[in-house]
Amino acid sequence: MGITSSSIGRKVAMALSGLFLVFFLLQHFTINMTSVISAEIFNQLSHFMGTNPVVQFVLQPVLIFGVVFHFIMGFVLELKNNQSRSQKYGVYKGQANASWMSRNMILSGIVVLSFLGLHFYDFWFPEMNYKYIEVLPEDPNRYYEELVHKFHSPIRVAIYSLSFVFLALHLLHGFGSSFQSVGVNNKYSATIKKATQAFAIAIPLGFVFIAIYHHLNA
Amino acid sequence: MNLTLKVWRQPNTDSQGNFETYQLADVSPDMSFLEMMDVLNEQLMSQGIDPIAFDHDCREGICGMCSMFINGEAHGPDRLVTTCQLHMRKFKDGDTITIEPFRANAFPVIKDLAVDRSAFDRVQQAGGFVSVNTSGNTQDANAIPIEKKDADRAFDAATCIGCGACVATCKNASAMLFVSAKVSQYALLPQGKVEATDRVLNMVKQMDEEGFGNCTNTGACEVECPKGISLENIARMNREYLAASLKG
Repeated sequence: MGITSSSIGRKVAMALSGLFLVFFLLQHFTINMTSVISAEIFNQLSHFMGTNPVVQFVLQPVLIFGVVFHFIMGFVLELKNNQSRSQKYGVYKGQANASWMSRNMILSGIVVLSFLGLHFYDFWFPEMNYKYIEVLPEDPNRYYEELVHKFHSPIRVAIYSLSFVFLALHLLHGFGSSFQSVGVNNKYSATIKKATQAFAIAIPLGFVFIAIYHHLNA
Repeated sequence: MNLTLKVWRQPNTDSQGNFETYQLADVSPDMSFLEMMDVLNEQLMSQGIDPIAFDHDCREGICGMCSMFINGEAHGPDRLVTTCQLHMRKFKDGDTITIEPFRANAFPVIKDLAVDRSAFDRVQQAGGFVSVNTSGNTQDANAIPIEKKDADRAFDAATCIGCGACVATCKNASAMLFVSAKVSQYALLPQGKVEATDRVLNMVKQMDEEGFGNCTNTGACEVECPKGISLENIARMNREYLAASLKG
């Protein structure tokens, strides 16, 4: 049994792909946040990300692989873990010794994955259609308007907000836990836990703020 | 105290089990949980009912034999105790107590509340030892200087009694706390470093083959462990395993 098929190997792979996605989330948030400050800066950054060949043809495929790998591995591990206890307990007091977040990563993960489907439908598929199928002329100033337009609907804003609550729940366990998985548990662990929990709340809250801001200012 | 006890009854490994409900009167709050089970068994035998099989040995929290999943928690509601150290004063008059065996596919039920934990023995045999020449000229372990914090950490890891509460309580039935404690107690000492690479690779391989689940860092094992084995050991095992895998 090699490292890739061992329980620890899979756990480390899950952690590393999660850390990579956290890094992407921070980058995505930083760019989105500029839309609140300046439409021009947001347009410039979005145009760069949307047209730069390294971003488009190297980083984007890596990101898609990271997302797909993380959720497939998540489902595989969940399935295997369920099979490790065929006969379930009559009474199981999970809340007595572990947080809701840590016990329900698959649930929060499925909500986030569903949100990704909506997000792709909203932004990624139209973007791919614009650039590679219809091959429309480049317009460096269209991104801000497209973003604001999406948040006209209060239902979409509500769905986005709810999804980010689940992302926060997912990160509250997952981000800090990934350090333990790669072997970091030392005198800095308490600080790491606090920092990751602050990130897990602040970043999703920031995304919710951006959605509500554009809805109210449309 | 008068108690209602819902106890898992299962004649053998292959048969289907079910909960049976028994009433037990005049239970002393000073009894240990196992003493209460003894009294229940006396009552059952006087009624011509097969007594409940459950594991026990030292009855002082050292051997790791007693198990039982009591009201949804391994070793019951108290912390840092085994079932034999759990006292009936933790319950109230009129309580209903649900008693089940430790459940994991790697721990098949032998009968009633007794489970087969020999999977742990096989993990230990895969590498949880230090090979020593015992021909008569063995070096005194105390002759090797060991940093105090490493000695303390190794000792803490070695206090694991292999009861299986970590597996029983983990939602994934993962054995990583047990295996990591056994890896750590050697990895931290100079005597254990010689075989460190093979040890962690072989023990993790055996752990996976036994059918335990994957660790998802819920931390439930650490909370329910009667010896307070820390998650720090799992992080150490992960580091040891990654380093050993890179070495081949």
